[in-house]
Amino acid sequence: MDFLVNLLPSGLAHHAPALVIVIPLVAAAVAALMPNGRLGWIVAMVTASLVAFFSLVVLGLVLSDGLISYHMGGWEPPYGIELRVDALNAVVLALVGVMGLLCVIFALPSVGDEIEEGKQALFYSAFLVALAGLLGVTITGDAFNVFVFLEISSISTYTIIAMGAGKDRRALTASYNYLILGTIGATFFVIGVGFLYMATGSLNMADIGQILQEQGYNRVTQAAFAFIVVGLGLKAAMFPLHVWLPNAYAFAPNFVTAFLASTATKVAFYALIRFLFSVFHPDVAFVELSFTWVFAAVGVIAMMVASSQAIFQTDARRLLAYSSVAQVGYMMLGLGMGTAAGLSAGILHLINHAIMKGALFMALGAFALHFGVRQIRDLNGLGRTMPASAGAFTIAGLSLVGVPLTIGFTSKWYLITAALERGWWWAVAALIISSLMALAYVARMLSAIWMESPPEHHGAKPAARHAFYMVLVPMGILAFANLYFFFHADVLVGLAEAAANAVTGGH
Amino acid sequence: MNPHLILRVVSKLLIPMIVVFGFYVQFHGDYGPGGGFQAGVIIAVSVILYALIFGIEEAQKAVPPNVARIGAATGVLIYAGVGVATLFLPFAGEAVNFLDYDALHPDQGHHSGQHYGILLIELGVLTTVASVMLAIFYAFAGRVPDIPDEEW
Repeated sequence: MDFLVNLLPSGLAHHAPALVIVIPLVAAAVAALMPNGRLGWIVAMVTASLVAFFSLVVLGLVLSDGLISYHMGGWEPPYGIELRVDALNAVVLALVGVMGLLCVIFALPSVGDEIEEGKQALFYSAFLVALAGLLGVTITGDAFNVFVFLEISSISTYTIIAMGAGKDRRALTASYNYLILGTIGATFFVIGVGFLYMATGSLNMADIGQILQEQGYNRVTQAAFAFIVVGLGLKAAMFPLHVWLPNAYAFAPNFVTAFLASTATKVAFYALIRFLFSVFHPDVAFVELSFTWVFAAVGVIAMMVASSQAIFQTDARRLLAYSSVAQVGYMMLGLGMGTAAGLSAGILHLINHAIMKGALFMALGAFALHFGVRQIRDLNGLGRTMPASAGAFTIAGLSLVGVPLTIGFTSKWYLITAALERGWWWAVAALIISSLMALAYVARMLSAIWMESPPEHHGAKPAARHAFYMVLVPMGILAFANLYFFFHADVLVGLAEAAANAVTGGH
Repeated sequence: MNPHLILRVVSKLLIPMIVVFGFYVQFHGDYGPGGGFQAGVIIAVSVILYALIFGIEEAQKAVPPNVARIGAATGVLIYAGVGVATLFLPFAGEAVNFLDYDALHPDQGHHSGQHYGILLIELGVLTTVASVMLAIFYAFAGRVPDIPDEEW
């Protein structure tokens, strides 16, 4: 990615970490001033392109030069706020940037259909604030700053989910539910950070980690650990704390669902990894205990329970939402192995899951745009009426199951290898059973799409429709990525390994 | 005879003073308690008081809801604009980091750059907080029908 860095004047590349957050924040204010939705979208599009560009620049800089530390306002850490980027958050940053860009391309037709004209500019403004918040959580090196950005992204997310009320009033209760639970999660997190501050007198995450190493752990730090795990677990939809997610995904506007599914929970999961590995140390007894008995155990339960719940859903997006909870379980399991291999498999699955869920939700968005599809039975015959979108949906769906030739297979392969290395046969069994359940729920949708005939309307078959290019292009890119990165697995696997090694030190 | 005569006369006297006090809190924020957030709330209160006494229509004639929306965005732009400006104003020949106020003024002996920087930032905070407070008030007050005079 050096060619991207070379595109910039030398002074600007140095500021890339700050610009990644500043550009969407400024653009959010500009978008709010735009008189109509189309201009709002143009602002969002320009912003998302710049963000994707700068996040890739940051990734390129980190991969070539190692750790970046940017001092906000010229104040030295630990006193000032530090933006601290290593391979782990550079990868997540690039993921959020690129997925944000692809989702914004998809937004123009989708938002135009679902949000009333007068509110579109403000909708894009709220979206850009959410994007800035997610990027901020990812890039900052300051524990309290994580909380602030988490709240920035969450509060704007509640708004954009509630905007689904134009199509379905249940979006309001779904958003309210998320608001209450999300606020509880944020409160738990900030209580935990408060305890850490009490114990160490520092808010800089790297500094807290060092002080804890020197002075040892006590009850206060253990309480802090518990609060932070619960708080971030809620945001990441970790199994028993996932209840806000299915309705939020099912009733939000399609664009929001595609964006959130591929970024929001990923960022919270990243924050969890950061706290477990950089702030607390994985060798400490209570942290090590939590790996096996909290993360691995909860991960396996999530894989089983959420997958079986997904099988019985009737709403297409709710089904995929439950599947997302199960996929978070896979990541938790990878994290819970506590080894570099396990963590990198978890991060690989995080990246792959963003790619496949992005494609799946965009395809559902395309179906909804042309045929108003919400339920699984509405999918009948779409293979004939919208073949291109149905094809993309099928590829991503098979990837979700983990069929060979798709990236879903790659990440499950690495997860199973890591589990075998650790000697966890039960985890391998759980992975396989859960994949079979995934096959069951994906097959339900695929059989409706390809086997059933399209519903007749007054005796006439609906004509085949061509999805908009604005939908087809990002969806096609993601569907293609599902296949491409199976054959060029070393790209994503290399990134995931670099990310895991950045925090584990390679063991 | 207007039933709210005393309220109207007193609030007409108070509103300008509230605004002046708001600006005092704003500019004294450098030296004592106060700052943009508190000042923004106080200035918004002056309009809210006006709306309570003279009715929401009168208040919206004085400060239209669109002004609140534009103000909310402008404040953020002022704040972020200071940060962006510091990126492009090299200090002593060198580029400095985002929001490093030293770049704003060459006089280092008195840290004048820091002084101007925080004043500008607080101006942005004032604008956004006052506008958002007002926008929230308009959003809530606009939803319910006005209380008729008989029910006071």
